[in-house]
Amino acid sequence: MTAPEPVIATRDVRVELGGSRILDGIDLTVTAGEWVAVIGPNGAGKSTLLNAVSGLVPATGDVRLFGRDVRRMRHRDRARVLASVAQSPIVPPGITVLDYALLGRTPYLPRFGRESRADLEVVRDVLVRLELLDFADRVLVTLSGGELQRVFLARALAQQTRLLLLDEPTSALDIGHQQDVLDLVDDLRHDHELTVLTTMHDLSTAGAYADRVVLLAGGRVVAEGTPREVITEEVLATHYQARVRVIDADDRPVVVPVRTR
Amino acid sequence: MVKPLADGTSARRVPSPVPLRPPRLRAVWLVAGLVVVVAALLVGVSTGPVTLPPGSVAAELLSLLPGVDLDSGLSERERALLLDLRLPRVVLGLLVGGLLALAGACYQGVFRNPLADPHLLGVAAGAGLGVTAVITLRRGADGGAATVLPLATPLAAFVGAVAAVALTYALAARGGAAGDRSPATLILSGVAVSAFLSAGQTFLMQRDADAIREVYSWLLGRLGTAGWRDVLLVLPYAVVTAVVVLLHRRDLDVLSVGDAEASGLGLDPRRTRYVLTAVASLGTAAAVSVSGLIGFVGIIVPHTVRLLAGAGYRTILPVSMLVGGAFLVLADLVARTAAAPAEIPIGVVTAFLGAPFFVLVLRTSTGTRS
Repeated sequence: MTAPEPVIATRDVRVELGGSRILDGIDLTVTAGEWVAVIGPNGAGKSTLLNAVSGLVPATGDVRLFGRDVRRMRHRDRARVLASVAQSPIVPPGITVLDYALLGRTPYLPRFGRESRADLEVVRDVLVRLELLDFADRVLVTLSGGELQRVFLARALAQQTRLLLLDEPTSALDIGHQQDVLDLVDDLRHDHELTVLTTMHDLSTAGAYADRVVLLAGGRVVAEGTPREVITEEVLATHYQARVRVIDADDRPVVVPVRTR
Repeated sequence: MVKPLADGTSARRVPSPVPLRPPRLRAVWLVAGLVVVVAALLVGVSTGPVTLPPGSVAAELLSLLPGVDLDSGLSERERALLLDLRLPRVVLGLLVGGLLALAGACYQGVFRNPLADPHLLGVAAGAGLGVTAVITLRRGADGGAATVLPLATPLAAFVGAVAAVALTYALAARGGAAGDRSPATLILSGVAVSAFLSAGQTFLMQRDADAIREVYSWLLGRLGTAGWRDVLLVLPYAVVTAVVVLLHRRDLDVLSVGDAEASGLGLDPRRTRYVLTAVASLGTAAAVSVSGLIGFVGIIVPHTVRLLAGAGYRTILPVSMLVGGAFLVLADLVARTAAAPAEIPIGVVTAFLGAPFFVLVLRTSTGTRS
């Protein structure tokens, strides 16, 4: 038997936007069931990498999802294998939680068709799982940040894909809600054999949840490995110009800023 | 591992029996729209210098249906007044109003912009320039070509409309970052394009003094002087526009989350935008070519429907079409009767209502954008 096809495989991915090179030759492989966190200083190209993986930015090089070239996939087919939550998704005025989550069924509907009873059941299960069923008729703009983040996740889960891309899923949340959302993602990952690729700002949080960490700087992968291998005082000093201490807690790195003056 | 979620209640894994209502057009709104249409139709054909009893009018109209034969008690003259003068005018009002409201709702969805409207995007001005060009050319052709191409008017209007909306969109895209067109940017571009095209139109008019009167009366907006001929002219365009736009009603909901996310949901946002812009411009062009420049219907009606019936395009599109038709019939009624025996141009009536409404929408939409 051959090794299973990796979920994400990129080779020499380069992206230029407005004349400046954002990604400069990225090789990234993510295998089924993994949670990989992309970290890096501001402007390192983390979000662009996610957009390149989902085929949303023009990139050179090779991006394969489940062995298929992402740029040759039709919108619909891609939306059946990959769901993503943007960093700050647009919240359409007046839309309800249910209607928003049902948008996730778009890749399964016949052209010009409408949601079937089965689609409604899928969404109901997702809303129950995310404890949003009581919110089904609420309008999005009336929800709190933590509730909204779950609603965004609900739409992505309604797509029933095996790959989930999350761009800074917790940057707008307090620490308790961060843990709620990330624990939820972790549970879903185990229950549904999801593969998760996230960008993360907070290094301790990234270290606490990811199986593997990829550090981007200047559009290149400069370090890659388990959280303990990548999140070290030397690496952070080099690439973030940060003065930190890294403490070991339950085999996971915890990053503490140090004040020098 | 599993933590209770934010609100502190324990996780409920049993689906509650709350019925989930999918976002479909609810019958109550469709019925409400149809009632408004029928009411506007009856009032529209009954009222005028000679008032016809609504009961007789209803009987007469029902008799038009195959297999129905009722005695309305109307005289031969009254019948002719009803069927040859008033009915075509009201039906034209329904078609034109429906098209303008549908096109407005469609533009608002496609451009994700609450202020998008055939008038404000320059579409109507583009169509106007096209029509003016045809009118002056036809006169210039010295009567010999006067009978040429009854279809040339809508075609010229369409070319002008599509060119205008493309120009407006391109200008707005240059102004800001791509994909981030604020309502103001798009509308300002529309104003610039409208001004330019109107100047071209004025230039054409001034070259031909005899055409001024014809163009000017058309310019202010008027419903049907040509009876059923105008209705038949606009009908095919209305059908095509309505069918294509209504088929895409769910796609407009998907587009509401933005291009990148719509693409992630499996929709091709660019292709959808092209198709819908083209077909909405076709509908606008057809409406403009028979009725002149009637503004604000595309803003007033969809926003009112959205406010009452909810945000989904599956409701907004069909209900706007119905209500838009009824709205224009009633506006025409005001135009005919307010200063009788003189007629006020219908575009003036809709502008009187629409301009304050526009300010209202502007205030609320900039407020929520923060």
